[in-house]
Amino acid sequence: MTSPTPTDDALLAPLTEVGRADLARLRDRLAAQADVQDVLDVAFRTIDSPVGPLLLAATPAGLVRVAYAREDHERVLADLAARISPRVLRAPARLDAAARELDEYFAGRRQAFDLPLDLRLTRGFRREVITHLPDIGYGSTASYTSLAAAAGNPRAVRAAGTACATNPLPVVVPCHRVVRSDGGLGQYIGGTEVKHALLVLEGALL
Amino acid sequence: MSPEPFETVVTRYGPTVLRVCRAVVGPVAAEDAWSETFLAALRAYPDLRPGSDVCAWLVTIAHRKAIDQLRAQARRPTPTEVLSEPASHDRLPGGWEADLWEALSELPLRQRECIAYHYLAGLPYADVAAVLGGTAAAARRAAADGIAALRRSYLADASAPQLEGRTL
Repeated sequence: MTSPTPTDDALLAPLTEVGRADLARLRDRLAAQADVQDVLDVAFRTIDSPVGPLLLAATPAGLVRVAYAREDHERVLADLAARISPRVLRAPARLDAAARELDEYFAGRRQAFDLPLDLRLTRGFRREVITHLPDIGYGSTASYTSLAAAAGNPRAVRAAGTACATNPLPVVVPCHRVVRSDGGLGQYIGGTEVKHALLVLEGALL
Repeated sequence: MSPEPFETVVTRYGPTVLRVCRAVVGPVAAEDAWSETFLAALRAYPDLRPGSDVCAWLVTIAHRKAIDQLRAQARRPTPTEVLSEPASHDRLPGGWEADLWEALSELPLRQRECIAYHYLAGLPYADVAAVLGGTAAAARRAAADGIAALRRSYLADASAPQLEGRTL
């Protein structure tokens, strides 16, 4: 041999090459198999929307989380792993219907969502509030005070506000339709400007 | 500290497990071995003890799944050269050197395993021994013997492709 002797690692270097496409294909297959074999506790995907990238996550029971980019998708996934199950995989198929309905909503072609929801991330009075939010129709708004009353505790206005602020399913469960009695928009998990944009989209605001 | 989302584990270790599977069972069976490894790992993941060495855990699973693949290959009705089916070359990743691949496939299984788990997965020999059984010294020796054989066959081929009397 005339060539210099390579180190062990240099000798083996060609064995370490793994193509992106191969891995992507294997990961897609893993997600599909995991779903079929019932070991995919949390499936997620991200979609683009006019209000930025949205993270969508679903359990076998239904859509469990919608998250804005400002919530930090990595942190949201870590939170889902801790609170639901660490069996979390990017698996777009389970979220096809949710992605399609959100696309239609943002295109102005859908006024209500028809998706199974998993409300396990919210409990007690907050859950009552979340459950009543879809009663506020597309294009209309309600006050925190009336929301608290609808949820069965007219005096729990602040708690109703907290329930909206911690809504695990923004957009789909329309906490953006809840505004202050004095006419102010109030806080929003996606930011006030996004709340404004959604209400404009729905024709509730000019 | 709760466990990370499994997605993070796949991102971090998916490439390593694929390298290991390819080295042990060849590029075609490696894909099934990879899938079986991560499915089994996903199933067991909630019970993994906090602070475990995730890489060593995955290699342990991959080792078992690779053995399964090799047994399945051995059971097939028309035994072919297990690790160098011609059709497989279409699916080799770009940059994979076929000669090195050939040379590796000619090594005894134990040497391939030791090379894969130590050099490709980065496990210390004590961990390799824990996966394979036997001692760390034996694992080190098998890897060294394998590397030496690769140097003889692969590097000799590269410089003199027609060289006769290759060491096996």
